[in-house]
Amino acid sequence: MNEKIKTALVIGATSDIGRAIARKLADAGYALQLAARDPARLEREMRDIRVRTGVAVTGRRCDALDEDGGVSLLDMLDSLPDVAVCVVGLLGNQAESQRDSVAAERVMRTNYVGPALLMGALAERFERRGSGILVGVSSVAGERGRAENYIYGSAKAGFTAFLSGLRNRLAASGVHVVTVKPGFVRTRMTDGMALPPRLTATPEAVAVAVLTAVHRRRDVVYVRRVWRLIMLFIRAVPERVFKRLKL
Amino acid sequence: MKLSGWGRYPALDCRLESLRKWEDASGMLRRGDTLIARGNGRSYGDAALNPDLTLSMLAMNRMQAFNAETGLLTCEAGVLLVDILETFVPRGWFPPVVPGTRFVTVGGMIAADVHGKNHHRDGTFGAHVEALTLATADGEIRECSRAQRADLFRATLGGMGLTGVILSASFRLWPIETAFVMEETLATGDLDETMSLFEASRDWPYSVAWIDCLARGAKLGRALVMRGKFMDRDALPARFAPVPLRPAPAGKLAVPIDTPSVLLNRFSVGLFNELYYRRGRTRAGPRPVHFDPFFFPLDRIEAWNRLYGRKGFVQYQCVLPRDESATGIAALLERIAAARQGSFLAVLKLFGPAGDGLMSFPMEGYTLALDFPLRKGTLALLDTLDEVTHRHGGRVYLAKDARCAPERVREGYPQYGAFETARAAAAGAPPRFASELSRRLAL
Repeated sequence: MNEKIKTALVIGATSDIGRAIARKLADAGYALQLAARDPARLEREMRDIRVRTGVAVTGRRCDALDEDGGVSLLDMLDSLPDVAVCVVGLLGNQAESQRDSVAAERVMRTNYVGPALLMGALAERFERRGSGILVGVSSVAGERGRAENYIYGSAKAGFTAFLSGLRNRLAASGVHVVTVKPGFVRTRMTDGMALPPRLTATPEAVAVAVLTAVHRRRDVVYVRRVWRLIMLFIRAVPERVFKRLKL
Repeated sequence: MKLSGWGRYPALDCRLESLRKWEDASGMLRRGDTLIARGNGRSYGDAALNPDLTLSMLAMNRMQAFNAETGLLTCEAGVLLVDILETFVPRGWFPPVVPGTRFVTVGGMIAADVHGKNHHRDGTFGAHVEALTLATADGEIRECSRAQRADLFRATLGGMGLTGVILSASFRLWPIETAFVMEETLATGDLDETMSLFEASRDWPYSVAWIDCLARGAKLGRALVMRGKFMDRDALPARFAPVPLRPAPAGKLAVPIDTPSVLLNRFSVGLFNELYYRRGRTRAGPRPVHFDPFFFPLDRIEAWNRLYGRKGFVQYQCVLPRDESATGIAALLERIAAARQGSFLAVLKLFGPAGDGLMSFPMEGYTLALDFPLRKGTLALLDTLDEVTHRHGGRVYLAKDARCAPERVREGYPQYGAFETARAAAAGAPPRFASELSRRLAL
């Protein structure tokens, strides 16, 4: 019992994936700091996790669309966490994002600007301390732009590149960076979509993958391994062929 | 999308939406469609189907508060029983009443006012519900309890979701020292003996009988009566002692029936019954078992409802008043055995006094439950069973029903008038909360 209780920060904790990750972290004994946009919904998750697990849970409002990308959150935390997971994301509607630059900007900022600024600010603090694990939940959609979702995908591509750069920079510092690419996940974001069952993960499976990646200090994680293969293929298709494909 | 209950009959095209947030409840109710809330789809018939709008409550699954002094748990209606068990058994708490499957929601348990093997002592699940919140037709969220809006509370226990959408509930868990039950199985030779054994087992917290529904003549009503009680820690055998509060049994147990889908006929069922009965007879004497196989034997066979093939099945469950039970249950069993239609899942149980749910199923007496694969003649047989049930002053369980006639239900539930009044106040007129069941039964 002398071992110090580790703390994990989950940003975007009221999303289906964020909630699953928070619950798995609590099951693993982490004290939790949760952050999300809507305080009422955050309170609901905090109570749920407290009743189920009995771990200490604090909550803060954080909106990746704020001017500072939500970074002011970090000044309000009681302590610097050992692990920080960013699950912030917004799929948006591709057609709307094509027409409406405000909608497009919301997708870009939610998936890239906010998460990258948050991870960057956390990285500074973790580096100063000389330890910490950063987990960014990105997407396979960031590996190649497709007509169906390239506005979302391009923002995720930016986030993936940011995480990769951060990992590279911090490799010798004791700070570790994990990139998670879930593939299809059965969540509110994908409610009503016909998803191929063999390619689709549950939020709980994503959470298990995150915990494993944290404990084994993995770099890039595909929740369902088949996605690594699929994306290998998708990246390999020559552009003049790819541009005519309907994927 | 095509939806059905656990019996897979009937299957209807329903618009299915999920309630995800408390804030959304009011808006959904104001839209004007009729709707029915649906938990995990474990009622057997058409209780959780509404083509206009079937509202899935599975995303409303947060626990809200737990008092470790009193055991009072408050949670949202979509929380599954299995979740409660996994969370609280390791801490030494157990729900006061559990039905035959772990895969039900709290809202579903209240709407059907489910019973368990301890009904004769502890009543229904609803008896242990201290308060609930209900979204009513005007979009308001109302707190109900025995002290506050008592009529609406009583109409909602066993009200099949027809008074509103249950959003959350508070109920007390009970302390347990171990997750193990001392189980005793006793074979009986006929119905008289079976019933006497139930009477003699009144002090056992849990009792239930598997009954051989194909046995006739002198063997009519022969059964394996199983009774049990939770074990204290110091009584636990050494092999279980290291983890006395295991939430699930160790390892996977073999599926007791390895025949898939086919060959469910009077010969196979007859053979099964004979073998099962004989096996039970040799298993006399108390033995410690984990609570999971004791309470939820069928949960270990995933999707056992598929055993009955694509057409599905209906479960018939009725209860007869105590003083009518000996003759009434015998008459039911005779008809079932003569028709040679029963399946191997036949259960008899002695209920204690009725609780305060206006439309709750249990009343003091014996309840009989059987599955019938849907075939030619099945529905006609069930109509004759209804006749017998009716003649003996009994009623059928709405959570199992898919085919009963409206007048039989009205006659069987004498407090229907009071229920209708309370429902009208909450559900509006015509009632906003409606299901295929309520439409079929003109409730």
